[in-house]
Amino acid sequence: MLGSGIIKGMVETARNFVGSYIDENRLVTVEYPEERLPLKEASRNFPFLVYDGDDAAKGLRCVACQICEKECPPQCIYIIKDTAKKPDYIGKMQLQPKVFDIDLSVCMSCQICVEVCPFEAIKMDTEYELSTSDRFEGLLLHKEDLWKSNQYYHKIHPTEAAEVDARLAEEKAKAEAKAKADAEAKAKAAAEARAKAAVPVPAPTPSPTPQPVKTA
Amino acid sequence: MSVEVEIPSSKTYSVLPKMGPDGGVEGEVLEVAMGPQHPSTHGVFRMDVVLDGETVVKLKPVFGYLHRNHEQIAESTSYLGSMPYTDRLDYFCSLTNNWAYALSVERLAGLQAPERAEYIRVITAELTRLVNHTCLAGFLLMDMGALGTPLMYAFREREKILDLFEALTGARMMCNYMRFGGCRVDLPAGWLEQARKIVAEFPRFLDEYENLLTTNEILLARTQNVGVLPRELAINASITGPMLRASGIDYDLRKVDKYGIYERFDFRVPLGDHGDVYDRYMIRILECRESLKILNKALADIPAGPIIDPKAKIRGFRPKAGEAYGRIEAPKGELGFYLISDGGPNPYRYHVRAPSFINLTILEDMCLGHTVADVVVILGSVDIVLGEVDR
Repeated sequence: MLGSGIIKGMVETARNFVGSYIDENRLVTVEYPEERLPLKEASRNFPFLVYDGDDAAKGLRCVACQICEKECPPQCIYIIKDTAKKPDYIGKMQLQPKVFDIDLSVCMSCQICVEVCPFEAIKMDTEYELSTSDRFEGLLLHKEDLWKSNQYYHKIHPTEAAEVDARLAEEKAKAEAKAKADAEAKAKAAAEARAKAAVPVPAPTPSPTPQPVKTA
Repeated sequence: MSVEVEIPSSKTYSVLPKMGPDGGVEGEVLEVAMGPQHPSTHGVFRMDVVLDGETVVKLKPVFGYLHRNHEQIAESTSYLGSMPYTDRLDYFCSLTNNWAYALSVERLAGLQAPERAEYIRVITAELTRLVNHTCLAGFLLMDMGALGTPLMYAFREREKILDLFEALTGARMMCNYMRFGGCRVDLPAGWLEQARKIVAEFPRFLDEYENLLTTNEILLARTQNVGVLPRELAINASITGPMLRASGIDYDLRKVDKYGIYERFDFRVPLGDHGDVYDRYMIRILECRESLKILNKALADIPAGPIIDPKAKIRGFRPKAGEAYGRIEAPKGELGFYLISDGGPNPYRYHVRAPSFINLTILEDMCLGHTVADVVVILGSVDIVLGEVDR
């Protein structure tokens, strides 16, 4: 019958229309900004810098190695190294960034900086309401805007942050064990040296080499 | 030095308009530039159409408005660095783009993705195919004047799949997920259950969609015998994907190339007889159903294990000199990446074989003799994404 296909389609739309009042699956609209969807744990938006402890400047994990700057596909990261050094989580002296800028208007949220960072210093944020009326300066984030605490990282990506912490702790333990072993070895070596020094080295007395008895 | 430009004295028409006895055109032909800001062109794309009344006598596709130097950028950035750019080729199907690029780099560097990663790739690629095909049907109907309803139903389902992608990759569309020799992260807890639930519910949506559209008389009148693509022309113009199969040629890279682990799955390749717009619409719906079969099996069989080849390197990745071509059956057709390495950190040559672009080349042959309103429908059935056409 001509028109039966159209009627069938109309029935379908009617079912959807009525269904949207009762069926949860058809009721999909979320009235942003009054209500928001919960963020996925894996969701990512723009990078931020992680610091340990309470002092951001002191605890910043970034060591200004510039790998992320080099690998960033749209090249939105800008780093200047500081001349002063500071100890990192193992206690090794490392460089630190004097300037660390990310231009959010260029960043494409690809997460490659996070993947290439060997120091777990840069991670992805989930903050998305970032609009600003200042077109140039407003979207250019400096080191001071970018640093966020490790607690914040734990809050937004709990699983990932726990893994990172475990890895860092393991590395630290390894480094400490190595340092301890080194120290012990050093101490041992020193002790040995001391012992060597302390033990009265037999004076180079002329060895009682038996004089060849002259036999007539 | 002056450059001589040859100006043709008379215009040539692919289909002759009404000719007078002296060989000239009787009455007037009208030249119309459809686009670049035309809502039915799926982006910034222009068609220079010559019309005799309502009938198309000549059509010239003009593109390049969205050119962004994709290949040159990829040649000057590291191998990993151009992975996020591949998301932006066909922004509807970023995961299949990732896969094609990862596949060609794997061939170049001799990496092999582990079993679990291959399963994840198949699952994400088939989910992408569901997204692409249902939304394409929605866009096609929107071009015909069904403003909203089919597209919004398709988007409702797409949203569920994009939620899955977000939970897995962190982004809804620009996933940047595949890596050379595997995938970036493992599936989060509960992801497989969620995916199984969505896949189990999807047939109901497809039935609903078909109820709404497939037998609709207006759709039949607008699509049957419109934009017929003959088999010979389809082969000669190297058309691939659902367009080719709608013309009745059995060519699916998942069957032909058996890349990844596709030979383990039992699925059929739907074929059309007429090669018209209706066949192209129908092929896509049928392919969705076949994809669901693959998904059901893959979601049931996925093994545990590592997700990345231990030989894969994130920093300092330099494949040895050589060339490689990796291709996959993307939702729009054969998507291939051709790479030449000179042993450096970035490819010496990087070329994309984009299905949208090549499928667009026969637009004129399909449109001639049809009316302007049909041109819009035919273009819709080609399934182009301008991000991939212009690169």
